[in-house]
Amino acid sequence: MDGQRVKQWEARCIEEQPPACVVGCPLRVDVRGVLAKAKAGDFAGACAIYARSVALPAVLGRICDHPCESVCRRAEAGGAIRIGAVERACVEAASDTIRRAPQRARKTRRVAVVGAGLSGLTAAFDLAMKGFAITVFEAQSRPLSRLTRDYASALPPAAIEADVAAVAKLGVAFHYDARIDAGVGPLGLETLIGGYDAVLLALGGGSATPFAAALSVTAEGHVEIDPTTCAASRAKVFGGGAHGGPYSPIGAAAAGRRAGISIDRFLQGASLTASRADETDAGSCLYVNVAAHAPVPPVAPADAQAGCSGAEASAEAARCFPCRCMECVKACEYLKHYGAYPKRYVRDIYNNVSIVMGLRKANRMIDSCTLCGLCDTLCPNDLAMGEVCLEARRDMVDSGHMPASHHDFALRDMAHSRSQAAAFARRQPGRAECAVAFFPGCQLSASSPWHVERVYAHLAAKIPGGVGLMVDCCGAPALWSGRSALHDEVTASLRETWRSLGEPEIVTACSTCLKTLGEFLPEMKARSLWTVINAIGWPDGARPRLAGPLAIHDPCTGRRAIDAQRAVRRLAAGLGVELRELGGAELTTCCGFGGLASFANPEVTDKIVDRRVEESADDYLTYCAMCRDNFARHGKRSIHLLDLVFPSPGGGDPAARPDPGFSFRRDNRARLKTRMLREVWGEDMTDPTREIALIVPDAVRADMERKLILVEDVVRTIAEAEASGRKLKDKASGHSIATLRIGEFTCWAEYEAAEQGFLLHRAWGHRMQVEAKS
Amino acid sequence: MTAAPDADKPSGLADLVCGACGVPLEMGKVEASYLGQSFPVELPRCPSCGFVYVSEDLALGRMLRVEQALEDK
Repeated sequence: MDGQRVKQWEARCIEEQPPACVVGCPLRVDVRGVLAKAKAGDFAGACAIYARSVALPAVLGRICDHPCESVCRRAEAGGAIRIGAVERACVEAASDTIRRAPQRARKTRRVAVVGAGLSGLTAAFDLAMKGFAITVFEAQSRPLSRLTRDYASALPPAAIEADVAAVAKLGVAFHYDARIDAGVGPLGLETLIGGYDAVLLALGGGSATPFAAALSVTAEGHVEIDPTTCAASRAKVFGGGAHGGPYSPIGAAAAGRRAGISIDRFLQGASLTASRADETDAGSCLYVNVAAHAPVPPVAPADAQAGCSGAEASAEAARCFPCRCMECVKACEYLKHYGAYPKRYVRDIYNNVSIVMGLRKANRMIDSCTLCGLCDTLCPNDLAMGEVCLEARRDMVDSGHMPASHHDFALRDMAHSRSQAAAFARRQPGRAECAVAFFPGCQLSASSPWHVERVYAHLAAKIPGGVGLMVDCCGAPALWSGRSALHDEVTASLRETWRSLGEPEIVTACSTCLKTLGEFLPEMKARSLWTVINAIGWPDGARPRLAGPLAIHDPCTGRRAIDAQRAVRRLAAGLGVELRELGGAELTTCCGFGGLASFANPEVTDKIVDRRVEESADDYLTYCAMCRDNFARHGKRSIHLLDLVFPSPGGGDPAARPDPGFSFRRDNRARLKTRMLREVWGEDMTDPTREIALIVPDAVRADMERKLILVEDVVRTIAEAEASGRKLKDKASGHSIATLRIGEFTCWAEYEAAEQGFLLHRAWGHRMQVEAKS
Repeated sequence: MTAAPDADKPSGLADLVCGACGVPLEMGKVEASYLGQSFPVELPRCPSCGFVYVSEDLALGRMLRVEQALEDK
């Protein structure tokens, strides 16, 4: 996999982007984290998160002007979260639990901070945490004098004392009543510049005019600083004031932080300007589906003056969605199963294919994606996990690291549908020309072969210019399994067959064939059977009666086949079906067969199908044989569109038709070929026969389906054992046990002789080979 | 994959007889191999012709886990 491409994929997943509240906070407080703790009633936990970003939490938590609230996305659904009120409740309840330890290695560099306001104290705290030696000079007799004056009602003296004590505990020295003036006296600016490695002038409302001779001062009387680096015109001197506009406590703290970062960089000899974009408010690009949340109004505290009680703060915090994207994960059981989101998965997958030594832990995860395309339909940035997984599969195949067991069975099934036993192509009997060829797809032939016969007869009767039949596989299993060379081979073989028919236009009943042929064999001009029948109509005749409405399930490979979707809906309506939508074709889900996921991880695909099945109590209407059979196997009553016109020759309730299973699918394909060639083309055909007669009870057959063991493999195993005598006898049960290596798989069968042939008790298998050592 | 003999005997090893040789199976040394890796294990086998028995429990339990681990290497 190309590393650059991987980075582009990762960048498309915005799940890790900070939410609007965090980006809107000048100090980048993890508001979402604070609210989650507050919701749980864990106020100490909330304070711990808050204090990671806020130097003076007891103070700022009570007086913050909370710009976060103005960007809160809850505003669109009931009103912004009262984040300031929640934070206040948190620090009132638990700010005394906050513990922060400075960096152990002390530095020898000394910094003078002029001004003990929010800006100066934040810078002093940050730099002391980094190990610098800090001295604070304050003109007044106490710290935070402006706040004491302007926020008297909100700010108890104990809160100020606690926060200042925490700063002092880091070793910061305080000098009060120490007004710095210009000049070279003991409290002169030049003395500070000479005696310290850096000086921060965090004067707040105080005037810098006295220093005009030493450095540039603005017309308003503030230290002139670079807006990005806070550097003053004089070397070693920085300014920490946020000026202009009304006073903002959190703005002042952020100004001190920015100056502190610059001083740290300055003292370490690092660039003052590099990588500072995250300190400016650029807005959040995290996608949030606000419409999915019902409006909830803010919690009004019982005593507005006292603020929120703990319970009220928790209730208000609970209004936080919280802001997350997760649009694809919410909709996809596969993405949900692995507990993270695409950005992480892309990285895991890249690591998996790049690993040199050790276990490739994501192999099964890569092979469990159905490649259905729902995630990229929902993703605000069109990230397609199917594309990522398919590329990883190709990589695994090319490097020889694809686990053989994941796709072996499905590829054997594909080989069968392409083999002499099942595949065939003919022009219309008695016609030299072949304008159109019907391509039913390997699964319709396997599931309901009579549909192939009836549809072919109908098309041949209605469409002029000769209608051929091409029973084959489109190669999707090779494509999905990452076997590019095999897929190329299938494509080439299909092209050759198609040319031998005279290059007819292809009409297919399968949405996967439609998509695959359209992409890799565009010259075939493949069209959907449904659009064709919509044009030519159904044959006359009696129709099965339906008991109630049907919910329509579109196959995932037809997610973009809008013409086919419309045609199916028109055809169903024309047949008198009361149709109900399951969220629409664009948001359909896979039946588990897509991407061969059910062969690699039935646990995941069972979840996908179960979720789909539970969406409606109505019987489902599908137009994909595989979807129908997978629903049937999960106990969901499902009808194929063709069942409405061409009922099973066996009769019965079409929605109750069971999944034939893999063994019968093969039998159906083989019988379809012999029957059609004999009956339609008048060729001399004999029905396939088995070497021995084997009785397979339903329970044993279902168990074999789960284990992906074919009846024909068991027949071969028993036939071989009976012919050679190489088998075991179980004296207790009287059963025989036989084994046979078939390809890369060892098949075992436990059976006994019955009146006619043999009765199978169970079958199992493994891929490992075992051999006795003498 | 060292054998725990009792776990591998579905209905009692003593009841299993080699159909070709007519002798009961015994635990014995067997070489298991997959994807180019091979290792010795103890499994029920015919002492005469070497027919090795892999029970369903073994095939779908420990043997499957080892196969999967080797596939992910």
